[in-house]
Amino acid sequence: MTTEKLELFEVFVRPKRGLDHKHVGSLHAEDKEQALEYARDVYTRRTEGISIWVVKSGDICASQEDDRESFFDPSDDKPYRHATYYPLPKEISNM
Amino acid sequence: MSDHTKLEVEHELEIAFQAKIDDEQKVEPKDWMPEGYRKNLIRQMSQHAHSEVIGMQPEGNWITRAPSLRRKAVLLAKVQDEAGHGLYLYSATETLGISRSQMIEALQTGTAKYASIFNYPTQTWGDMGAIGWLVDGAAICNQVSLQRTSYGPYARGMIRICKEESFHQRQGYQIMIELAHGTPAQKKMAQDSLNRFYWPSLMMFGPHDSDSAHSAKSMKWKIKRETNDDLRQKFIDQTVSQIEYLGLEHPDKALVWNEERNHYDSSDLDWDEFYSVINGNGHCNRQRIQHHIKAHEEGAWVREAMAAYKQKKQLKNATNAA
Ligand SMILES: [Fe+2]
Ligand SMILES: [Fe+2]
Ligand SMILES: [Fe+2]
Repeated sequence: MTTEKLELFEVFVRPKRGLDHKHVGSLHAEDKEQALEYARDVYTRRTEGISIWVVKSGDICASQEDDRESFFDPSDDKPYRHATYYPLPKEISNM
Repeated sequence: MSDHTKLEVEHELEIAFQAKIDDEQKVEPKDWMPEGYRKNLIRQMSQHAHSEVIGMQPEGNWITRAPSLRRKAVLLAKVQDEAGHGLYLYSATETLGISRSQMIEALQTGTAKYASIFNYPTQTWGDMGAIGWLVDGAAICNQVSLQRTSYGPYARGMIRICKEESFHQRQGYQIMIELAHGTPAQKKMAQDSLNRFYWPSLMMFGPHDSDSAHSAKSMKWKIKRETNDDLRQKFIDQTVSQIEYLGLEHPDKALVWNEERNHYDSSDLDWDEFYSVINGNGHCNRQRIQHHIKAHEEGAWVREAMAAYKQKKQLKNATNAA
């Protein structure tokens, strides 16, 4: 049995009912059940949350920040996607 | 467990559930919830998702005919947003245990409804103005209220959607401003679009509270936060000065300010028309669904190609590993 190669898990905590789970960090564990308990022990000692998700880090597919120009660029030159692009006449205060 | 104790347990769960709702706590996918709550949500949320998706058709109809490249880009961006809204809502509905294909099937076979407004044809460029301004405007009224709905994934979806929605109404109103302050022919076009889309926009809020089959339960469970009639009144009130600024005639000749109520009084709607369109007899009901089925079928090869590619990759990985 190896104790060296525990799996890495990412931990997400929902701080309050109604809010999204937020990434808070990661940890090593043997399996997902253990990961959940560890996450409780290390990330929510001060009632930081009411619900925890753990996900194997290897299961997360992430975009590369170095590629962000080509990856996100198509939306930067479209100011008309924002409401502020359309000035409202001052007579209209309720839109 | 005997049936009797099972019922008792269920009853206690329901009391605890309602207490949570009354305390303004959100319900999350893995929480216990009454079957009726789940069903009611699936109905409302999938209907909302279908509306976003079917709603792309009347506007998509004008993308190639938009009067300038800028107008085309704006309209395209808006329609693209609506596709995204459909996706957010379908995904959020799936957290309740219904599959995407079940929902699509319900739409295509007519068991699920979508907003009846999208069964009206878009005849002129002015309609793109009226839709953004009035139809998205009415949708925003409703969606702002739903940001406080009791089901967590729906509430969070609404917050995201409302943020994106803000430009839809403004771009529509801008089209209206330009037409209404343009040549007499343009102004006439704006008036005509306003006349045709004003009433069905008011119908978007649904039947009167007294006739709404799901309203009371929805309010008790805080799926809905404001009643159909209250939201409609809000929309009627806010639209008056917007019509005034355009210098157009208000389509409701009976509209009058009521000092006592602090609201406008207005004509009752043509509910026969509302029910007739909802039940499939609007101008475009058949066309909308047929188009959806056609697009879905024409996309089959893409889904098949993706499945084949996935299989091929798995095979390759397996051989590499061996
Ligand atoms: Fe939308
Ligand atoms: Fe919209
Ligand atoms: Fe919407």
